[in-house]
Amino acid sequence: MFSIVIEAFQYSSDFLSTFGGCMSSTEASSGANPALPVIEGWFTMDEADTHLIGSRCKRCGTYFFPGNVTFCRNPCCESDEFDAVPLSREGTIWSYTDAQYKPPEPYVAADPFEPYAIAAVELAKERMIILGQLAKGITVDDVTTGMQVELQLQTLFTKDGQDYVSWVWQPKI
Amino acid sequence: MSRDVVILGAGMHPWGKWGRNFVEYGVHAARAALKDAGVSWQDIQFVAGGATMRNGYPGYVAGATFSQALGWQGNEIMTCYAACATGSQALAAARAKIQAGQCEVALVVGADTTPKGFLAPQKGERPDDPDWVRFRLGITNPTYFSLYAQRRKDVYGATDEDFAAIKVKNAEHGFSNEFARYQKKFTIEEVLASPMVASPLRLFEICATSDGGAAVVVASKEYADRLGSQRQVKIGGISTVSPKFASADVEMPDIATDSAAASNAYSFRASIAQKAYEEAGVGPEDVSLAEVYDLSSAMELDWYEYIGLCAQGDAEKLLRDGDTRIGGRVPVNASGGLACFGEAVPAQALAQVCELTMQLRGEAGDRQVSDAKVGVTGNQGLFGHGSSVVLLR
Ligand SMILES: [Zn+2]
Repeated sequence: MFSIVIEAFQYSSDFLSTFGGCMSSTEASSGANPALPVIEGWFTMDEADTHLIGSRCKRCGTYFFPGNVTFCRNPCCESDEFDAVPLSREGTIWSYTDAQYKPPEPYVAADPFEPYAIAAVELAKERMIILGQLAKGITVDDVTTGMQVELQLQTLFTKDGQDYVSWVWQPKI
Repeated sequence: MSRDVVILGAGMHPWGKWGRNFVEYGVHAARAALKDAGVSWQDIQFVAGGATMRNGYPGYVAGATFSQALGWQGNEIMTCYAACATGSQALAAARAKIQAGQCEVALVVGADTTPKGFLAPQKGERPDDPDWVRFRLGITNPTYFSLYAQRRKDVYGATDEDFAAIKVKNAEHGFSNEFARYQKKFTIEEVLASPMVASPLRLFEICATSDGGAAVVVASKEYADRLGSQRQVKIGGISTVSPKFASADVEMPDIATDSAAASNAYSFRASIAQKAYEEAGVGPEDVSLAEVYDLSSAMELDWYEYIGLCAQGDAEKLLRDGDTRIGGRVPVNASGGLACFGEAVPAQALAQVCELTMQLRGEAGDRQVSDAKVGVTGNQGLFGHGSSVVLLR
């Protein structure tokens, strides 16, 4: 099933028309309800000190993100016990790109669509790379490979008056 | 010593957006391969079919579907789906059957019909599905292609012109390939003028999805010799290895790589061709030509390094020196590659093998690579699938 999605997303010449089509529009935020995480349990909702939440194998120390792991995937380890741990909230940009066209659902895009930038960020302690959008207003011209970034919370979209927030990477000044 | 297995015949249905049933493409390719091999369908003892998951039940049982369409004749069948590695895994199954002495001659077929336009991910809220999650977060296929392209720019000094030059080269290679979907030449300026999709990659640098079909007839060397075949191409090696933990590749559809906190980090893609070379007893220095997965123009540069044509970071030099053009030291994607074909997943790895077969026989016409003796393929897809095939003249 995944393959269908993937393959279909390698654009053909009809890419532009298929991506120019309308999807559900984003309504203005009412701001009445407390924001919800775009995915439950993947990150803390503490705006001042946001962390991604991973799992760490109790025996070998390998990290997993997302943290929903039942058996350790390190082939040298037979553990099935994990601690939920906050991952480093600072990292180094491994690479970056942007989205100039509106992605398909389940992405909820603003109308009109606003391009956004994305970074792949290397966490030193965990020795892994984690993807995420860059903070609003940051473009590919503002970042470079090797730049230090930190985690922030940001409203990803608003639906039926409800804000949904996600983690984003913000360049450190 | 296991028996030598050879390719006796190769056949393809032209790639395109024909919108017809995949069985038609598969049977067309199969009949072409049988004719090319000089083997009767009724002599085929084993059929390995490349499945296509989007074409209903017949797609899930492609080995049977193709056999029925060619006319049931009591041969053994198997069906294989392994994303981009589908064709190679089907080929490996046929080879193993022959090596084990369980059959002498087999048919391997892959074909696909792709929907027009864009297919959205499955509906509903599915936060446990990594593919759903990444789309929710706005991370699409071109995101992954472009992360690698941008990294080449920042780390190895690749330029937008280099990426465009790959497209221009492959378009030139595939221009006269009757099986290619796009037979159109481009200039660097035209490629650079196409809309930016995901910086730094542009529309003309990202591969399309296509319909297509490819097939090969494989046999034991003894069978081929008995048949008097003068056009045999030896299967030197096939690799269908999985990644090794901790996989350091930023990989669709995942949001994160493996953590190498307690393990060594490995590059999956760089490991794929190695086993095929070892089986074949050759190395990258022996390669006459290669067919690799240019899902994006920039990704072809990564493949130069993955299959060992140059050291890491030297791919741009290889390109700029003209080494990978037809006429150069080691032409890459003489067929035109995915740039000219688009991707028909279960057929694509076999299409690479078909191209190398034509090249090693010296039957590739306008795009013939001179004195081609050793060919290698490289491809990689979702969920730990990748493959490489080495063919020898
Ligand atoms: Zn462990």
